[in-house]
Amino acid sequence: MSTSANTATISPGGMGVPPVCGAGSASPANLQTGGTPVLPERNQTIDVSLGPQHPSTHGVFRMNVTLDGETVTKLQPVFGYLHRNHEKIAEGNSWLAAMPYTDRLDYICPLTNNWAYALAVEKLAGIEVAERAEYIRVITAELTRLQNHTVFLGFILGDMGAWGSALMYAFREREKILDLFESLTGARMMCNYMRFGGCRCDLPAGWIQSARKLVDGFPAFLDEMEALLTGNEILLARLQGIAPLTAERAINGGLSGPCLRASGVDYDIRKVENYGVYNRFKFRVPRGSTGDCYDRFMIRVLEARESVEILKQAIAGIPEGPIVNPKAKQRGFRPPAGEAYGRIEGPKGELGFYLISNGSDRPYRFRIRPPSLINLTLLEELSIGTKIADVMVILGSIDIVLGEVDR
Amino acid sequence: MNIPGSGIIKGLAVTARNFLGSYVEKDRLTTEQYPEERPKLPENARSFPFLVFDGEDPEAGMRCVSCKICEKECPPQCIYIVQDRDAAGKAIKRPKVFDIDISVCMSCQICVEVCPFESIRMDQDYELSSFDRFGSLVLGKSRLLKSNTYYRNIHPTEAAETDARLEADRKKKEAAAAAKAAAAEKAAAEKAAKAAVEPEVKA
Repeated sequence: MSTSANTATISPGGMGVPPVCGAGSASPANLQTGGTPVLPERNQTIDVSLGPQHPSTHGVFRMNVTLDGETVTKLQPVFGYLHRNHEKIAEGNSWLAAMPYTDRLDYICPLTNNWAYALAVEKLAGIEVAERAEYIRVITAELTRLQNHTVFLGFILGDMGAWGSALMYAFREREKILDLFESLTGARMMCNYMRFGGCRCDLPAGWIQSARKLVDGFPAFLDEMEALLTGNEILLARLQGIAPLTAERAINGGLSGPCLRASGVDYDIRKVENYGVYNRFKFRVPRGSTGDCYDRFMIRVLEARESVEILKQAIAGIPEGPIVNPKAKQRGFRPPAGEAYGRIEGPKGELGFYLISNGSDRPYRFRIRPPSLINLTLLEELSIGTKIADVMVILGSIDIVLGEVDR
Repeated sequence: MNIPGSGIIKGLAVTARNFLGSYVEKDRLTTEQYPEERPKLPENARSFPFLVFDGEDPEAGMRCVSCKICEKECPPQCIYIVQDRDAAGKAIKRPKVFDIDISVCMSCQICVEVCPFESIRMDQDYELSSFDRFGSLVLGKSRLLKSNTYYRNIHPTEAAETDARLEADRKKKEAAAAAKAAAAEKAAAEKAAKAAVEPEVKA
C-alpha cells in the first residue's frame, strides 16, 4: 500500500493469482503456451491514497482506497492530522476553561458545542438555567444549524466538482449569520458564549430585530438554493441511488443526526430528550426513505426549513429576565463528585459530553462523543462497490468536520 | 421537470439573477474591498486583551493590582505576571512584568470575565501580522496599557457600565472611609473627654 500522498501503485490482487505480466514475472511455463500473447490479468487492483487535502474540502483527511478499475473494493480512512489533545487539555484546566476549547471541536458550529458542554455540566451539578438564556440558546443553536446546513449545501456541490456559484451563495448567506454571532458573542466562529446556568452576556440592542429579519428572509434563500440545485439533472444523477443505507444498518452503525434520519429512522434528540425548552416549540422531524446521498442532501434542506419555524417561535416568545442563573459559579466552580452525560442534537448528529467529577476544580474525565467520527465509521461500507468519483460525494453527504473527528 | 435540461436552465436563471442582481442589490454583493474599505466592527468584537489605565499616566493609573487571577484562569496559559517590589523588598500591588503572548492567546476573554478590578479588557485591533515572533507578538506592559478613553471608544456600552460600577465602588469606599474617619474622630473625642475627666478625678 502506498504511503505517500496522491500516488498510485499497482499491486497484484484478486484470488491469489500471481502476476503474469511485467519483467521477471513470466515463468517458463507461460512461455510454453504456444505463442499466444500473455494479457494482463483483469483482477489487478490499484491502491490510491486520496488526500490529505486542503481544508476547503473537508479538512485534512486521507483515504487509502483500493480500486478495481474504477470501483472501490476497499477503503481505509486515515485521520488524526488535526488531533489537538482536546480531552486531556480539558482535564488539566478548570471547568470554565474547557468552554473555549469546545468551540474548536466542530468549528462550523461553536454554539451547539458550547451548549452540549454546558448542558453536561449543568446536569452534573444540578444547575437550573435562566429562562431567557434557554431561549437564547435555542435561537443561537438553530441559527448554527441553519449555517451548518447552508455550508453543507455549498460544499457537497464542491465535492461533485461544481466549485463556485453554489458555494459562494451559501457562504454569502452564512456570513450574515456569522455577523449576528459576532455582534452577540464577539467572534464569528470561536464564540465561547455559553456559561453554566446561562449565557455570558445579554443580547445587544437591536439584535433580535436583525435576527428576525434574517430568519424571515431565509426561506427565500432556501428556495433559491433549491431552484439552483434540487432539480438539476446532473446533481440528481450524481446523488440519487448512490450509497443507500438501510435503517437497520444505520442504527447498528450508531449513526445519528441527519444521516440517521435520511435512512428513515425517526430519532431526533430535540424530541426524545426535550432538553432546553424545545418542548415549547412546534416543529416536525423530516425523514428520508432510502438513505441514499440524495436523501442525505435533501434532509438538510428540510431541516433548515424546520429550523426557521423554531426560530420564528423562539424569537416571538423570548422572555425578559436575567441571562444567567445567579447561583451558578463560573470561576472556582467545583461540582459535586459524580458523573453525567449531556447530549444535544447537534447539526451533524448526537453531540455528547461525558464528564466525571471527583469534586475538584477540574474534570476527572472529559469525554466527547463526536457525531462526525461515529458517522464516518460507515464510510467504507457506503463506499464499497461505488465508483471512485462517488467517494468524495459520499464523504460530503455524511458531513464531517475534521476538528471534531480528530479532536 | 419532465423536460430534459429544465433543471439546469432553472439553475442558470438563479445564477443570472445573482449576477445581474449584484449590480443593484447590496444583499447580493457583500464583498468588502478590504484595505481600502474598512469593516465596521460590532461593539462586542474582540481580538486580544489589553490593560486599561485611568488618567494620563499609564504607570500611575494602572488598574491592574497583580492579583494573578487571569494568569491562573487563562486556558492556554499565555499570561505571565511578575509582581513589583519596593526598595525594601515588600510586594506592591502593581505588576512589574505583564506579558501576553498573543500567538498563544485564543481570544476567549475569560481573563476579562474573571478580572475583579476591571483592568483587563478585549481590544479590537486585528492588524498584528509580523515577521518577528517574539519581538512583536509577545506584548509587554508598554504595548498592553491603553487608556480608558480608548476603551470607551471601542466598547462604549461595556465601558459605560464599567465606569458606573467603578464610580459606585469609589463612592462606597469614600463613604466607608468617611464613616471610618468619623468613627475614629468620635473615638478620639471620647478618649480626649475621658482623659480630660480623669486628671480631675486624680486631682
